[in-house]
Parts: sequence; structure tokens; C-alpha cells
Amino acid sequence: MPYTLKPDEGLDVDAETTPYVDQMVDTGDRWTLNFGPQHPATHTTLRLVLQLDGERVARCTPHIGYLHSGFEKVAEVLDYNQYVTITSRTNYLSPLSNNMAWHHAVEKLFGIDITPRAKVLRTIMAELARMQDHLLCVGAAALDLGAFTGFLYSFNPREKIYDICDYIAGQRFHPDWTRVGGLMQDLPDEDTFKLMVKEFINDDLPTAIGDLEKLVERNRIFMDRTQGVGVISKEDAINWSLSGPLARASGVRRDIRKDEPYLCYADNWDYQGAEAVKFSVPLASDGDVYNRFLVRIEEIKQARAIINQLIDNIPGGSVNAFADSKMTKPPKEDVYGSIEGLIQHFELVMSNRGWKPPVAECYGCNETANGEFGYFIVSDGGNRPWRVKTRPPSFINYSTMSKMIEGHMLADIVAVLGSINVVAAELDR
Amino acid sequence: MTTTPDHPTFARVKESFPDKKFRATEFRGDSTLVVEPGDLHEVMQFLKDDESCKYDFLSDVIGVDYLNYPAKMPGRFGVVYILCSYERDLRFYVKTFLDPSVPTEGIEEDPALVIDSVTDIWAGAEWTEREVFDMFGIRFKGHPDLRRILLWEDYPGHPLRKDYPVKGRGEREMYKVVDRTDA
Repeated sequence: MPYTLKPDEGLDVDAETTPYVDQMVDTGDRWTLNFGPQHPATHTTLRLVLQLDGERVARCTPHIGYLHSGFEKVAEVLDYNQYVTITSRTNYLSPLSNNMAWHHAVEKLFGIDITPRAKVLRTIMAELARMQDHLLCVGAAALDLGAFTGFLYSFNPREKIYDICDYIAGQRFHPDWTRVGGLMQDLPDEDTFKLMVKEFINDDLPTAIGDLEKLVERNRIFMDRTQGVGVISKEDAINWSLSGPLARASGVRRDIRKDEPYLCYADNWDYQGAEAVKFSVPLASDGDVYNRFLVRIEEIKQARAIINQLIDNIPGGSVNAFADSKMTKPPKEDVYGSIEGLIQHFELVMSNRGWKPPVAECYGCNETANGEFGYFIVSDGGNRPWRVKTRPPSFINYSTMSKMIEGHMLADIVAVLGSINVVAAELDR
Repeated sequence: MTTTPDHPTFARVKESFPDKKFRATEFRGDSTLVVEPGDLHEVMQFLKDDESCKYDFLSDVIGVDYLNYPAKMPGRFGVVYILCSYERDLRFYVKTFLDPSVPTEGIEEDPALVIDSVTDIWAGAEWTEREVFDMFGIRFKGHPDLRRILLWEDYPGHPLRKDYPVKGRGEREMYKVVDRTDA
């Protein structure tokens, strides 16, 4: 039954209906449908205004901002350590990646080189965070298309990653684990940590991925629903600024871990000539939803290979860069046990003291699960940033939504949405 | 902050636009080219098309407000473009400055805060430019669909400007209160 959703001026029902949508309303049999902001398949709060021709999407206009909470304005009143709590809340599927991206940019601004031990621990956790994000994404891809079992297979092992986060940082969901020049704390017990990580990557993960692949990868229904849907060509992917698995599924050879290496992805990470970790970057050429699924599955396997190279070679030493440089917080024993430690602690936490970064601006980015996640920091020389701009991969990837979905069926929207892996908290910030 | 700029693109831009005014800065290996707002589109088109530049990827567009910034800046608002060349594996930053001509507390349209959109060069600039417009009120000439993106259409401010308070201007208090009996 075709119907037209016209804004009723008397009731003031839709303040957001814009002329952009209005002019499309009366075009024959087409009708307008509001998809979201509250809808199970939109995962969080997204709204699409769809112009439908039967069940085919003729025009799609995304409206975002329902979860906008001013993260970037808040950055201007929090110091370089405090803001890490906000970064955990951007992409909450893999909060550790954002913590590291933030402090990667901050350390670039301050000119700090972190210790080999901190680098290895950060790399291991970055890869676990990548798995955490991809596992949810591939599971939700199955769930949105009706395969509930697939979702359970991939969602269960994520709990083990939360256990590891809980163990190292004391919080499951928002670990806020990094600090300027290092980490919040050293591992409580290295052997337990190794055991937990090994148990996860050698037992739980291979089983889960194996089950999921067997269930979904060559499944005729899944393939019919995802192949040839939401295609983006290689040229378009670059021109539309796509990054991460989305771009790599279209054949774009770009991974910041390889192209602008940082942490243990760079050679000489222990300052004694160690080689970078070895891994391959999966590429696909079709650029459709199915290819994105395959790329993500393969990235999980590569992340497992990276962790296997590092987990038995965690170097000793401090997790905080040069303890006497006045840049990192001293260990708690020093704070309570020595006057120097106490002074250094207060120098950093008091609101009229703190860091003395150069008056400059710089951009630092990491390859997170969704793509290039970067922070542009403008510093005025004080202990709070002057301006922080997030480069959120979800936001920029989602801008191609209408391009991907126009011409496809209404039911394909959930498949495409799942493949972009939009996280509204990161999208709206 | 200014050191010897040795990024290969600096020399190439300088020899291609001999009569234009540029400034260059470098910090921790990041090279920034500062262009006049009027020259922006032409220079950006050159950076994308020129064989020895080939910046095919626009990573982000960033607005910055330098009101009362401790260092001397050529203008109040800065717009930074992060470019990337996949082929040559280079990153390059282009920056331009604008000065407002009307009071900046409100959302009044300012004819001085207008620069050319680069959406015709990199389609990916569409949403990032909208965000800069939303947060700073800088308008992009030639943008296909310049609407607010994160805030709603009639929001009474551009919140990332430095003269907008962190606590807001009482927008929450202005909402109509609907209690249980009326709902």
C-alpha cells in the first residue's frame, strides 16, 4: 500500500525534514520511509530517509547526529591523560585501539619514544582489539541476515577479550589503559596474562572462526544476500576517502601498519634492530558486502599470527618512557614512598602545572579495525589541548551509504549497514 | 616551528605557482603548506592532478579556531586538509586562514567565512566539510548539499568556536518540560 509521509505543519512532526527530501515526495508511486533512528538493524541510532520505488531504494538520505555529545569540545577542558576516557567511548567495540590512537598522536606531539615493553603490550592489545571489533562485525553481518547462530559463535569469544581487558586495566568495557608515555600500569602478572592470551588465540578463537566460516562462508543464502550488494569500485573507494577493510575489499592497497608503521609494525622497535612483525594484508577485488566479510575474517587470522610472534617475546623493563623526564606519572610506590615521586605526581595532576608541550599542531593515526583512526591535536603549550579533531573512520565510511544502497532492495540496507560497521558513538562523537 | 622545508611537494608547488604567496611549516616530519583562501581550489586541483604530487586521498578536513591563541596566526579560523598520496606514500597538509567580518557568537551568515569546496576534487570531502560548517560556520562554495550534519538545523550556535562556552548557552533549559500528566 503506497503512502506518502508528508510533514504536517500543524503538528510540527518533523523538524528535520529538509527541502532536499521534500522535493522528492510527489514523484508518482514513490513513497518515503523513515528507517530508524530506533530500529534493531541500525545497531544504535541512525536514521535513513528512504525514497522507495516499490521495494527498491531510489534515494537514500542519511541523517546523523542523534548521539552527538561534543567529545571534541570536551577535549578542550580535559588534560592529555584524562581525555583517554573519552576516546574509549568513541568506538566502544574496540576501545583499546582508540586509547592507543590518542596517545600515539599525543606522544608524537610531545616527541616521546615509548619503551619496547610498552610497544609490545600495546601491539598485542591493539590486535586483540581488532579481533574484538571484527568478531562483532562478522557476527552481526550474519545476525542481520537471519543467521542468529553465527552471531553467537563470534560473540562468545569476545567475552574472553573483555576478561583480558579486565585483567590488565581493571575494566572490561572502557579500559582507558594508555597514558602519556606508556601505560596505566604494568601487567599484574605476566604469566597469567600470557596464559589468558594464549588460551584465547589458540583455543577459543580458532574454534569460533572455524564454526563461523563453516556456517556462513559458503552458505548459499548468505552469498546470495551479500554478493554484488553495496559495491564500491577501487577508484570510488579512494575518491570517497574510504579506509580500512572497506577500502581493502575494493582492492585498495593501503594499511597504515605497513605504510606508516608504528609500534611493533615498524622495524627497530626495540631500538636494537628488531624486525617488524610479519603479517599480510588481505585484499579483495569485488568491493561488495561478501568481500568485506572475507577480508575481516582474514584480518582476524592475521592478528592472531601477530600476537603469536610477540606473546613469548615480551621484553622486560619499564612500561613508562624515561622515568626522570617529568612526562610520565611515577609508579605508585614512588608517590607514596619518596618525596621526588610525590612532587612529580603533583606536577602532572595539578591543574595549574602539568605538561609543557610545544606550541604546535600535529596529526597521528593508527590502523584500527574500521580504518584510519587519527587525532589532530593543536597545542597552545598548556596541559590541555587547544583543539582536538578525531578522524573517525565510521563517519567517513558511512558517507558513502547512499551511494552503496541506491538501486538495491530495502532488505539489503541491513546487509550494507552491517558491512560498513558503523558505530554511532564514533560517527556522532 | 618553521624549519627548512624539504618535502618534495613544496618545491613543486613553488615552481608551478611562481606568483602566488605561500608559507610552509614543518613539525615532527609533518609538512604544512599555508595558502591564501582564494588560491585554495586551484592549488588543491594541482596537488591532485600533477604527476609528481598525485595526492589522490583526502584523509580529513579540520576546522580550528585560534581566538586568543598564544602564537601569532595569520587569521582567526584555520581549515586544515590532510592529503595522502597512495602511489608515492606521502602525507601532506594544506592549511588556509579566514577572518570573520561579523560577530561570531551567533549563526549569522558571514560573507568573509567562505572558501571553495573541494568536493569536486575529492568526493570524500562532502561530510567532513559539512562538519566544519556545522561546528565553525565556515561555508563552502560549490558544496552540493551544505547542511548541518551533527547538530539539528536550527541550532543557535557553532559550538566548536572558542567563544561558545563548554557548558552551552542554556539550550537544554529552553526545552519544553512535559511532565507525566501531560504526556
